[in-house]
Amino acid sequence: MAQRTQLIRNAAWLWFTATLVVMAIAFRQAIFLAPTEATMGDVQRIFYYHVPFAIFGLVFPYVNLLASLAYLYFRSRNPLSALTADALALASAEVTVLYTSVGLMTGMLWAKPVWGIWWTWDARLTTYFILWLLYVSYLLTRRFTSAGSASGQTSALAAVLSIFAAVDVPIVYMSIRWWRTQHPSPVFGGGADSGLDPSLYPAFLWNVAGWAMWGIFILLFRFALERRRQIAEQEAALRTI
Amino acid sequence: MKYIQHVLSHLRKDLRLEWRSRDSINGMLFFALLIVAVFSLAFDPTGYPTTARQISGGVIWVAILFASVTALNQSWTREQRNQVLDAQRMAPSPASALFLGKALANLLFVMAVEVVLAPIFIIFYNLHPLGNTWLLALVMPLGTWALVVNGTFFAALGLRTRNRELLLPLLLLPVSLPALLAMVQATTGILTGDLDPIQINLWIRQLGAYDVIFTTICILLFETILHAE
Repeated sequence: MAQRTQLIRNAAWLWFTATLVVMAIAFRQAIFLAPTEATMGDVQRIFYYHVPFAIFGLVFPYVNLLASLAYLYFRSRNPLSALTADALALASAEVTVLYTSVGLMTGMLWAKPVWGIWWTWDARLTTYFILWLLYVSYLLTRRFTSAGSASGQTSALAAVLSIFAAVDVPIVYMSIRWWRTQHPSPVFGGGADSGLDPSLYPAFLWNVAGWAMWGIFILLFRFALERRRQIAEQEAALRTI
Repeated sequence: MKYIQHVLSHLRKDLRLEWRSRDSINGMLFFALLIVAVFSLAFDPTGYPTTARQISGGVIWVAILFASVTALNQSWTREQRNQVLDAQRMAPSPASALFLGKALANLLFVMAVEVVLAPIFIIFYNLHPLGNTWLLALVMPLGTWALVVNGTFFAALGLRTRNRELLLPLLLLPVSLPALLAMVQATTGILTGDLDPIQINLWIRQLGAYDVIFTTICILLFETILHAE
């Protein structure tokens, strides 16, 4: 057990160092090496940060949903696996809020000089904002329900809420899409003239890799922390018996 | 068949309880009236009939939303008195029947409030609708059901939490935003007569789809909520 813990700790340090290295390369690529964009100028460099955050802000909710479904499945079958799934759900929800917050803020910083406004109620922006709202309310629910000692209640209610969020977000997107849209059309896989200039790719890909590694790192770190809390709680409960 | 009987007996019970106290409907009605009064002070709708038409779709739904939030928590608090909810948990009837009965009862209460509110609203806002007002007979029940079905569910979800009065709007509003958008757009379109009938039709269909999807999820997940301990 101790050997395994040591192994995990070494792997975590290695991963963390690798993340820092990739992020340093990505920073150099994005700020110094990538050529300045023709129409927007240096403001376009926010793109290298905004898009990775926006992408992973949409990936972590799926982790949350899968963990929540796993929790509901294991709840009556295998309580220990259910606890693990719940820890993963909590960690991914917190990382989701972090990534969507940064995605929203970098988007606003870009929109002010380029569109002339901080915010518009466009389909993608609104959907993204509602995703953020849903996960903030998810975390609030967890906080409000964890008052008593029954932590099983918190997990079950939060898992149900995660399913609601997962169903709601596509509906929001569909409903607002033909209401109004201002966000740039998809850069990747859009139409014939979409796509990035090849000279901008290195900066973009390094940043995607760096922020993905960072997101996975804090996700697992938070997960390990929550697992420790759960184990400490179990031991305290056992000691009272 | 048996299921429908269970739903109906839950519905009858809730209607009888409300008939004896009339707490929810009176509270909701007065609250909605206050919201209508506050908004008419802010916008002076009688002086500007065009503005009145443009804003009244939003105002009436905000009034109904806030008013129904005040009543939804009460509808479950009733069940907590004398440990009725624990008895419901042990009852052999399906849990979703309890939920559906209560959601239908809440729908009837909010609809009753709307029926009283509509003439008051027309008088206070000096409202002359320009579109096909009969469509409101479709929009109002669909929109109300969207609010009430999720609201009843989230009120049950927050029943055993610390700040349940606060938690309900925090959960209900983000999840209901697509429905709110659809009903406000449809209502405003009908009142102003500016919106293409095809578009109004599309909003109404979207509202219907939202209702179907969320009613299904609520029914499927209610048992988890009721037995979450």
